[in-house]
Amino acid sequence: MTIGIVSAAYISAAVLFILSLGGLSGQESAKRAVLYGIIGMALAVIATFFGPGVATSFGIGLIILIMVAAGSIAGYYVASRVQMTEMPQLVAALHSFVGLAAVFIGYNAHIEAWRVGGLDEAARATLEGFSAILAHKDPVELAIMKVEVFLGVFIGAVTFTGSVVAFGKLAGKVDGKAKKLPGGHMLNAGAAILSFLLLLAYCNGAGVWTLMLMTLLAFFIGYHLIMGIGGADMPVVVSMLNSYSGWAAAAIGFTLGNDLLIVTGALVGSSGAILSYIMCKAMNRSFISVILGGFGGTTGPAMEIEGEQIAIDAEGVANALNDADSVIIVPGYGMAVAQAQQAVSELTRKLRAAGKEVRFAIHPVAGRLPGHMNVLLAEAKVPYDIVMEMDEINDDFPNTDVVIVIGSNDIVNPAAQEDPNSPIAGMPVLEVWKAKQVFVSKRGQGTGYSGIENPLFYKENTRMFYGDAKKSVSELLPMIK
Amino acid sequence: MKIGVLRERGDREARVAMTPESALALQKLGYDCVIETGAGKAAGFADDAYRAAGVSVVDTPDALIEASDVIAKVRPPEAAEVEKLGPGKTLISFFYPAQNSALLEQVKAKGANVIAMDMVPRISRAQKMDALSSMANIAGYRAVIEAGNNFGRFFTGQVTAAGKVPPAKVLVIGAGVAGLAAIGTATSLGAITYAFDVRPEVAEQIESMGAEFVFLYFKESQQDGAATGGYAAPSSPEFREKQLEKFRELAPEIDIVITTALIPGRDAPKLWTADMVAMMKPGSVIIDLAAERGGNCDLTVADERIVSENGVIVIGYTDFPSRMAAQSSTLYSTNIRHMMTDLTPAKDGVVVHNMEDDVIRGATVTKDGEITFPPPPPKIKAIAAQKPKEKAKELTPEEKRANEVAAFKAQTKNQAILLGVATVLLLIVGAYAPASFMSHFVVFVLSCFIGFQVIWNVSHSLHTPLMAVTNAISGIVILGALLQIGSGNWLVVVLGALSVLVATINIVGGFLVTRRMLAMFQKS
Repeated sequence: MTIGIVSAAYISAAVLFILSLGGLSGQESAKRAVLYGIIGMALAVIATFFGPGVATSFGIGLIILIMVAAGSIAGYYVASRVQMTEMPQLVAALHSFVGLAAVFIGYNAHIEAWRVGGLDEAARATLEGFSAILAHKDPVELAIMKVEVFLGVFIGAVTFTGSVVAFGKLAGKVDGKAKKLPGGHMLNAGAAILSFLLLLAYCNGAGVWTLMLMTLLAFFIGYHLIMGIGGADMPVVVSMLNSYSGWAAAAIGFTLGNDLLIVTGALVGSSGAILSYIMCKAMNRSFISVILGGFGGTTGPAMEIEGEQIAIDAEGVANALNDADSVIIVPGYGMAVAQAQQAVSELTRKLRAAGKEVRFAIHPVAGRLPGHMNVLLAEAKVPYDIVMEMDEINDDFPNTDVVIVIGSNDIVNPAAQEDPNSPIAGMPVLEVWKAKQVFVSKRGQGTGYSGIENPLFYKENTRMFYGDAKKSVSELLPMIK
Repeated sequence: MKIGVLRERGDREARVAMTPESALALQKLGYDCVIETGAGKAAGFADDAYRAAGVSVVDTPDALIEASDVIAKVRPPEAAEVEKLGPGKTLISFFYPAQNSALLEQVKAKGANVIAMDMVPRISRAQKMDALSSMANIAGYRAVIEAGNNFGRFFTGQVTAAGKVPPAKVLVIGAGVAGLAAIGTATSLGAITYAFDVRPEVAEQIESMGAEFVFLYFKESQQDGAATGGYAAPSSPEFREKQLEKFRELAPEIDIVITTALIPGRDAPKLWTADMVAMMKPGSVIIDLAAERGGNCDLTVADERIVSENGVIVIGYTDFPSRMAAQSSTLYSTNIRHMMTDLTPAKDGVVVHNMEDDVIRGATVTKDGEITFPPPPPKIKAIAAQKPKEKAKELTPEEKRANEVAAFKAQTKNQAILLGVATVLLLIVGAYAPASFMSHFVVFVLSCFIGFQVIWNVSHSLHTPLMAVTNAISGIVILGALLQIGSGNWLVVVLGALSVLVATINIVGGFLVTRRMLAMFQKS
């Protein structure tokens, strides 16, 4: 295949990727969008494989095929085995792969540049592919390339350890609380400054040790940065890492002089950045403070909460549901943990069959991944047209008979509006307490992921329905007429 | 002790302060009950019914007052009745001490204790004896019924074989208890109901009853209702003007006006002027619930139904509760019974006139030959002070356009600045970087731009699939590995092969999981 055909394939692939992202604006077109993405990726890989300077010998070609086959089998296995509730972990884990690949490729570029630099004129002329491109670079271009390699490795390394930590936190293998080593942000800042100094040294001809030391520092930054971010901010972290993995790809694209890599990396990078921005806006938090970790300091003592939490049994909830005309269900991470979505779906079906209006209210940051709840409800076959966004449904709570809060806490916390000293003050929340009756399905009396006391549980119209969400909802089912 | 109830002597008064049912409850408190003969007749309670409930019936008011320790009635007492009172006797009735100072002096001279039912403070605990509210509730209901009686059309809009009927439009002015009751009744009859009140904090109550709040935009903030015990305060002349202007605007389309605006201790404000009446359609009805205190409408004549020159009926009855005597007597006697319950903490038939109690202190206007009116302000506020509510202002089309233009200009300015800064940055990069770099850089910047444009449109519920797809696509780093793997160096081959492996896992896993997710989204 000639360079021309490869370029044509790259253009098609880039267009297909753009269409793929754009197609996600609606549920129906989204199914087509994924297909676009797959075709685009296949085009790009096949064209590159048959392009000049890739499969230079039979052995290399075989290695590539074996690796692709092994990767495909592993990917297929993982993707088809994963539970929908484990989606956040999976996405985080996949990000770490991109980061790792970016680190390897960066090192390769360095090795190649060093090897090509050692060759004489005659040998250079015989090179093809990437090494040929390297061979024709002038000194300024080589300097720029060094910066690109350095950046690519840096971002890739941060993404790698960051994603691994995020995976650990989401999978519950690492404690979800925000943790920092003594020194906090100073450590990160110090490591970043040191990396920058190493970059200067690397550009001025210092050896591979600068690259390696920087990689270690970047690994540390990724680890420490994500360790310092609390569980409740995970949706932002995941989309931020997504963004990083895109920028890493773009940096490699510059190194290799490959436009498709640049285009795709930039698309992914900007998409992740916007997603993080949307998440932060939904939580009324500044992007910087989330990235730097943990909740901002509170300005005063939290408001005293009066009253007590009153428990209720399944029969009481069922009676209220039978009497109600309109019901809103507010799912949260607790529903995902308890795998209660099927039971909730069944409850919805029964209530709807009884002629009641049932809707779901989804807060933008419910769960541990943007849109997490939508995916779970969709898995349980809850029709998406009764699943509402916060802005669509918030005004309807005063006219609602019963609200069932299943495993969500902070997103229904009235302190966000009532208590200016609360750490979540000003965050938009679902105003469930305005409904006539609120039932909170919750495992016990503890606080939520963010560790903030929730005055909702003490309100007069709130009843606590203690127990595992799946068990509780299943108990309700036979009692709904 | 004995509780005696007098027959009402007022012309249009059909109510009575005790029903056979409330008598039974009073007896449980340890009291003996006495009633004047014929007292309950107008309200539908015969003497025999009282006797059956264990109440003794006496023939004359004098004998009743003589025999009783506590005397209850509805309207303020007549001078002749006061003459019979003496020390140790307690009178419970509406009294209006602010307007009836002569009567107050007379009672004081007699040394009797008077508990004025109209002076019960408006606090939650005292709601059960708040006779003004229970009477106002009836008045509001009855006002709508009376209006319907005089109005020649349906309240509700109907489309019938015999033609289309438009719904009646009702405007309720003053959203106190009477106003809210009127709103509730009018909306349940099917009318389109509007309501106005000077206290913006009641907008929510008005809307909860199903009426539309006529919002008046005025920069001077009205005094918080909490400071005046939940009642309206007099408004400034400017505010009044603004208010009348709004009413003039509404007058031609309104079929029924129910005015309930009263300010405690003052004459009723004139809110529905003669020219507004002239603007109304013939056959329209105005019910003035403030007629007793001069009326909210210029044309109102107390206790009369008059018809204006252009055929608008103005009703100024002052006896709406009395027109539903059975209902109002039941409620009023319950209020009295609750008052007695509070006065008899031991339930032993002995009145304990505890002046430390906020409610009793507030309602007592004379005690032991002393005038105790006006009472000190209650310790508890009637309603919690409300935060001023931000009400979305209705914008005129011109204002809207002006806002849009301003927003557009601001947006243009922002974009111009951003573009300027970006251009300068690009120029700086372009000045130093080699051409080969620039060509890639252009591609990079354009792609970022496309990314920003495309992602804003992604629907919120698809954010997880979006992340999975972008994750899969970021597996494009496989190209980097592929491009390098062909070089001769063994280390490069090993690292490249590893990169191909992990990138492939990423691509295949990402796309498959997205497909799985999207396949689950389905419509109902």
